Amino acid sequence: MSEAGRVRRKWTNRIMLILCGCAVGLCILILALIVGYTVAKGANYLNVDFLTHTSKPVGEIGGGMRDEIYGTFILVGLASVIALPIGLMAGIYLAEFGSPAVASVVRFIADVLAGVPSIVVGVFAYAILVRPMHTYSALSAGVALAIIMIPVVARTAEEAMRLVPNSMREAALALGINRWRAVLGVVVPGALTGIITGIVLAVARIAGETAPLIFTALGSAFGVQGLLQPIGALPLQIYRYALSPYPDWQQQAWAAAFLLMILVLGINIVVRSVSRRKSM
Amino acid sequence: MKCSDSGTTSSIAVKDWSGRRGRLGDKIFLYLTFIFALIIAVSLVALLIVLNISAWPAIQKFGVSFLTSLDWDPVKEVFGALPAIYGTLLSSIIALIIAVPISIGSAVFLSELAPAWIREPCSFLIEMLAAIPSVIIGLWGLFVLVPFIRSPIESWLGSHLGFLPLFQGPLFGLGFLAAGIILAVMVVPIITAVSRDVMRAVPVTQREAMYALGATRWETIYRTVLPYCRSGLLGAVILGLGRALGETMAVTMVIGNSYALTSSLFSPGVTIASKIASEFSEASGDIYIGSLVELALVLFGITLLVNIIARLMVWRMISVKATGE
Repeated sequence: MSEAGRVRRKWTNRIMLILCGCAVGLCILILALIVGYTVAKGANYLNVDFLTHTSKPVGEIGGGMRDEIYGTFILVGLASVIALPIGLMAGIYLAEFGSPAVASVVRFIADVLAGVPSIVVGVFAYAILVRPMHTYSALSAGVALAIIMIPVVARTAEEAMRLVPNSMREAALALGINRWRAVLGVVVPGALTGIITGIVLAVARIAGETAPLIFTALGSAFGVQGLLQPIGALPLQIYRYALSPYPDWQQQAWAAAFLLMILVLGINIVVRSVSRRKSM
Repeated sequence: MKCSDSGTTSSIAVKDWSGRRGRLGDKIFLYLTFIFALIIAVSLVALLIVLNISAWPAIQKFGVSFLTSLDWDPVKEVFGALPAIYGTLLSSIIALIIAVPISIGSAVFLSELAPAWIREPCSFLIEMLAAIPSVIIGLWGLFVLVPFIRSPIESWLGSHLGFLPLFQGPLFGLGFLAAGIILAVMVVPIITAVSRDVMRAVPVTQREAMYALGATRWETIYRTVLPYCRSGLLGAVILGLGRALGETMAVTMVIGNSYALTSSLFSPGVTIASKIASEFSEASGDIYIGSLVELALVLFGITLLVNIIARLMVWRMISVKATGE
């Protein structure tokens, strides 16, 4: 091969490898920009008042998001109460009991359900709960979030249970106990770290979901009034305030975004570092 | 590879288990878990049926013309979806054009080049980018990215490539270009993660054979690794497309919400998701609500198709991985 050809190959190699490195650098730069701006613009507005006061009417400076923070916790709790039993039991079925053909169909459907845009899920919750009951409600929002959460919990629980060595199942059965006891007493505890990781990551994801809340939870100026009434939520308030023309509200949107980011990224960082340490 | 091993042993286990004669408790538990698994299937079917019922007034009134009409007039109750479908596809295509090279490059770096001590934290950071709620990315897009797009990016494109219809018109900042860029930010982590896993599934022997022939690292990647996992990479891209098509909050906040069909990327537009998000809570009347639900149905159909194609492609790659060793 000619000398020129070799030089060209060498430089192509170098340039392309450097470009690949730059691509990763760009991703990390964007992450840094998003996190950096949110911290810079949100952190100095965040104070005790913001956490403990309710929102003020238009035109008055100040006020906080106590009700929206509370509302977010209620919605996430409600969604978890609905989604966890369904997701976990479905996961057990997929990993331990399903015949291969049926299980692969259910798995496929779960993946499809996980791919349904969250706004479409919101429209569904509106149609089955808001419209017949003639009121926006926390319940409808909780159901929408639960539908988003179920396939995620089911699939991660299944994956975690599949990693439990088969010898443990056989050992349990050899002791003469029933299969369901073996599953609940041996397989599920063995996979517990993975299952909990999946659940917590699913919680972090729905805590930041906004699209399905717009026409189910709606938001409330009167605080939390029960599950059958409209309710406020942190991400919903970020959306409303960001698009408002008032600088003070936009400031509050940044502060709320900062709070939400701490919550979501905090959960992610803690869970992933714990599960990573376990797997090493 | 540990993963695929235990996967195969546990599928053998399933067979063994179901071969045992079930006792009563086992049968009850089996049916109980099956019922919960069935709930997943039922909710997908229910979703389809309920959306169809709610959209029925609009489907009945407009028929196929709903998909081809440009109007959106709540006062006269005349609705058409074409600008929203166009906007959805256009913003997603812009996003993919930006995101695919960055994602594949990142995946190559993470799977082929970086030593473990760089790979781990980089993968972690990219996962964090995926975890940021879409409304926060939208907030950032609205107040930080949109002004940046207006002054250096759009003015540069306008003055240098202004002869193309894509880059003409007044500079708003808000619009298809902003939506495309913000969507790119959101799909890059997904495409990167899936392509990285797919590339790792390429057998080492393939690479060693190339090195033995005297190939450089890039030639090995470009001629062996990438072609070997082509279908998996395509699946990753389509998976990203599925996410981009249905993404709502960030797009709604930066696209500018104007219901029109324009060729310029600078002009404000609309997507299916942003139309639903911005109007649904104020809509009234069966036809109006029905039309918005029909939009949701169209979006559901598109993403369903895209996701099924992507799953099949990624799954094929993973089964190649299982048998290729």
